[in-house]
Order: sequence, then structure tokens, then C-alpha cells
Amino acid sequence: VSHPFADVAIAGVYNGPQARRRHGHTSFTVCLEAVRGLIESTALPVTDIDGLFGVQASEITYALGIGPAWADEQHGKQSSILEAASLISTGLLKAVVVVQGRANVYTDKAAVAPWTRPDNEFTIPFGMYTAAEFALIARRHMEVYGTTPEQLATVAATIRNNGHNNPEAIYFGRGPYTTEDILESRMVADPFHLLDCATTSEGACAILLTRLDQARDLNCKPVFILGGGCNVFGPPYKYPPSWDLIGRSGENNGRVGSTAARDAFAMAGLSAADVDCAELYDPFSFEVIRQLEAFGFCAPGEGGPFVSDGQIGPDGSLPITTDGGTMSYSHGGGQLLQRVARGVLQLTGACRSCQVSGAEVVLASEGGAGGLTNSVMILGSEQP
Amino acid sequence: LADKAVPVPTPESQRYWDGTDVGELWIPRCTTTGRFFFPPRRFSPFVAGGAVEWVRATGRATLYSYVINHRPAAGFEGDGPYAIAVVELEEGLRMMTNIVGVEATPERLVLDMALTVSFQPRGERMVPVFEPAVVSESPR
Repeated sequence: VSHPFADVAIAGVYNGPQARRRHGHTSFTVCLEAVRGLIESTALPVTDIDGLFGVQASEITYALGIGPAWADEQHGKQSSILEAASLISTGLLKAVVVVQGRANVYTDKAAVAPWTRPDNEFTIPFGMYTAAEFALIARRHMEVYGTTPEQLATVAATIRNNGHNNPEAIYFGRGPYTTEDILESRMVADPFHLLDCATTSEGACAILLTRLDQARDLNCKPVFILGGGCNVFGPPYKYPPSWDLIGRSGENNGRVGSTAARDAFAMAGLSAADVDCAELYDPFSFEVIRQLEAFGFCAPGEGGPFVSDGQIGPDGSLPITTDGGTMSYSHGGGQLLQRVARGVLQLTGACRSCQVSGAEVVLASEGGAGGLTNSVMILGSEQP
Repeated sequence: LADKAVPVPTPESQRYWDGTDVGELWIPRCTTTGRFFFPPRRFSPFVAGGAVEWVRATGRATLYSYVINHRPAAGFEGDGPYAIAVVELEEGLRMMTNIVGVEATPERLVLDMALTVSFQPRGERMVPVFEPAVVSESPR
């Protein structure tokens, strides 16, 4: 039986400029900028695009004059990529651009990403906000398994050092960081110090999926979707993010992403041991530890020791979040696509920093338990 | 400085806030299964089409998880580091709250410690917060 995505390719990825603020831009203009950059870099005939996924999809369709197109104004994220791939594999679409980005949203100088602010009668009266939501999840894990602030800091230092070495990262050259540097930064939401948390920024990311034959015509090095899965327990930042919030399936929120990863690996016919590089979503340091457990890279409770052993560094057995992630590269609105984009760059050997030599299989994730959601994709350089 | 955020009831939650406003914690229960749930809904999350009744909670709870917050939300600037928590009511449901009446330190905030409800104003409304339970008899 052939793989359902055997004839689907990720034919290109494009990150527009990322910055703390994209002055003179709106969310629409940074998304359009990224789509135009993607078209130019892949030499894709613009009229070949018949699908656009992302909040700005219909505006971009109009701006490029490519209607009538399949424009779906969903939030551009990993589920969008998987849906685009599915539509291409059925033959309904031939070339789909998934795009997401934001600009001109920090109008009140807030340090918390505006789209993540809890806005609910059962959360805001208690002074709740994003970092605290994720900290609630981390605290329970630390108490139950003995996970330490030093282990959290090791994750943050590793990712921030990857960004320090990445010329395209917003915080390029800001390091290097030691775990002590992370622990000495001011406390924000105990156990999270300032440097345990993602930055806030603006920018966009666009990803092109095509049929494999078209990708070959574009003379690109195609990347394949070997597997994927999406887990959602509820809307992010609204309900208490309990570790053991349990759905009817019996799975719990603290391990959200575990069935997505199980399904993704099953589709790929691979296991965690086959992954050369993990582009883990990093809204907060603890989330990396949580995902390593949920995705099966280690046993429950072993995420802390796993990161302490040096395995997640650029020279370790499982390099993670190699561009600096949301902590250092960008958290600009396109971040839900950027782990996949980075994975594609790893598999095509195009990374300007922290290139994992000979990478053939990359896991990319998105979301976190404070947000009650986690998605997983497994990307490969070889046709499944 | 801005005041602390005031909860805005929805049609589903009005009964809940009517209770807290007079210092009573009323919570929804599935009449079919007898299980409590939160947040309030007009139907049971456990049974298709299941009816719901309102019951006054004992106010006893345990500390499920917490965060000691150092970056105050609007209205919390004068409180110093404060504890945002998820508590589990004796009736089995969980809710977000603040822990008050105790120093916000890891030493004083012990997971699963016994708590009792009290109420604090948010604008014209009252919201449930929790404080360490007074131990009146030896635990057995």
C-alpha cells in the first residue's frame, strides 16, 4: 500500500523578515510579503496556486489575482499543512500555500502576545495570563517527578544558544547563555524566569505544498510528509490547564500530543529513535521536557534527566529547535508554521546555523499544554 | 492603575455568579450521573442531553497546582507575588482561583493541601478565592 502523501511535496518554505516590531506593516502585508517571497524563491508560476490557507487567505487571493481559488481563512498551522496535503493527495488541489503572520498588534506595548491573553470570566479575575497558564502545568510535573528549575534552564539555554548562533534570529548574538544566566533572569511566573519564556515579535511564514511532479519541475529538493497528527482538548488560554484534564478517550492534557505522535509515527512507519532532529515548539522551557515525554523520546518523568544529559544540544543525539525557536528566532505570528519550515531547511541542508549533518527525518511540533493543544508532523527527505 | 478584571457572566454562568455575589459557591451537577462539572453548562458534559441541577458546594478543596506570579496582571500591582492556582473541590471539579491568607512561597503552598473558600470583590462582583483550611480535628 502506498503512503497517502507519497506524491505530495513540501516544495518550498519562506520566512519573511522577523523583528520585535514590523513598523509600517499590518498582518495582511507581512503575510502577502511572505507569499510573494515564497513564489519568487520557488519560481512557482503564480497562476498555479489553487489553494490558500491562513487567516489572510482570501485577501491574498484577491491581491494576487489568482481567484477563483480554494481560500480557507483558518489559522495557518500544522493542521492546515496536513489538510492541504490531504487535498492534494485526493486531487482536489494541485498547489497550496499555507501562510500565517502578524504585525501591528502590539499597540499597547504589552509583553504578552495579545492573541494568547486569557479572556474568560473564570480566569481573568485571578490575574491569570499566558506564562502562568503554562507554569501551572510545569509545577505539577516538577512536584510529581522532581523536575528541576536547572533542567528547565538547560532547555532555555540550549534553544537561546541556537538563536545566538543563527544570523536570522531576532536575538542573534545575544548570548551565549548558561543555565545560570537563565536562572538569574528575573522571575516572571515561578517556576518560569524571564528567559524561560518565548519572546514576542512580528513577522510571517509561508509554506508551499505541491504534487511531487510539480515540485520536481520547480527544481527544488522536495521534502515529504511522513506522518502527522493534531491533538486539541479545548480552546487555548480559557480553561484551567490541568495536567490531568481527561477527555472521554482517557488521554490526559499533560500528555497532549501523545496520540498525535503515536499516529504520526505509525503513518511514517518510524519510531522516536529514527528522528535525527526535533523541531519542538518552545513557548516555555518546560514544554520541551513535556513534549519529549509525550512524543516517546523518553518515558514519563524522564524528560528532565533527558535534557540534562546534553542530548538536545546541536551536537547531541537529538538536536532540538535549531533556529532558536520562539525564544530567540521569532514568535511573530508565523511561529505555528516555523517548526515545519525549519525542519524543511534541515532536510534540504539549507540551514545557515546548526545544520544537522545528514538529517533524513525531522519531527516538528506546535502548541503546548497551557494551550490544551499539541500537533506533530514527521518530515523526511526520502519519498515514503 | 487599572482595577482587577471583573468577570462578565454569560447566560450559562449567571447562576454561578449570583451565588458568589452573596458569598455562596453553587456548582452544576449532572442529574443523571451525579457528577459535578465546571464551567457551567445547560447540559451535562457526561450524558447526551443530560439535565443539570445546581448544588451549593461545601467550599472544601485541595490545591492541585499553582504558580507564584511575579509579573502582576492589571490590578494586582500592589499585591506582591501572588498565587494563581487550580483547586479541586471536594465535589470533584476544578477551577482557577487565587490562594490567599498564606505567604506565596513554595514552602507554604503544598500540593494537595486542604483549602476552604472565601470571597473577594472584583468590582461589583464577588469571586471565590481559597485559603488554607483551619484544622479543627486530627486527620485520620
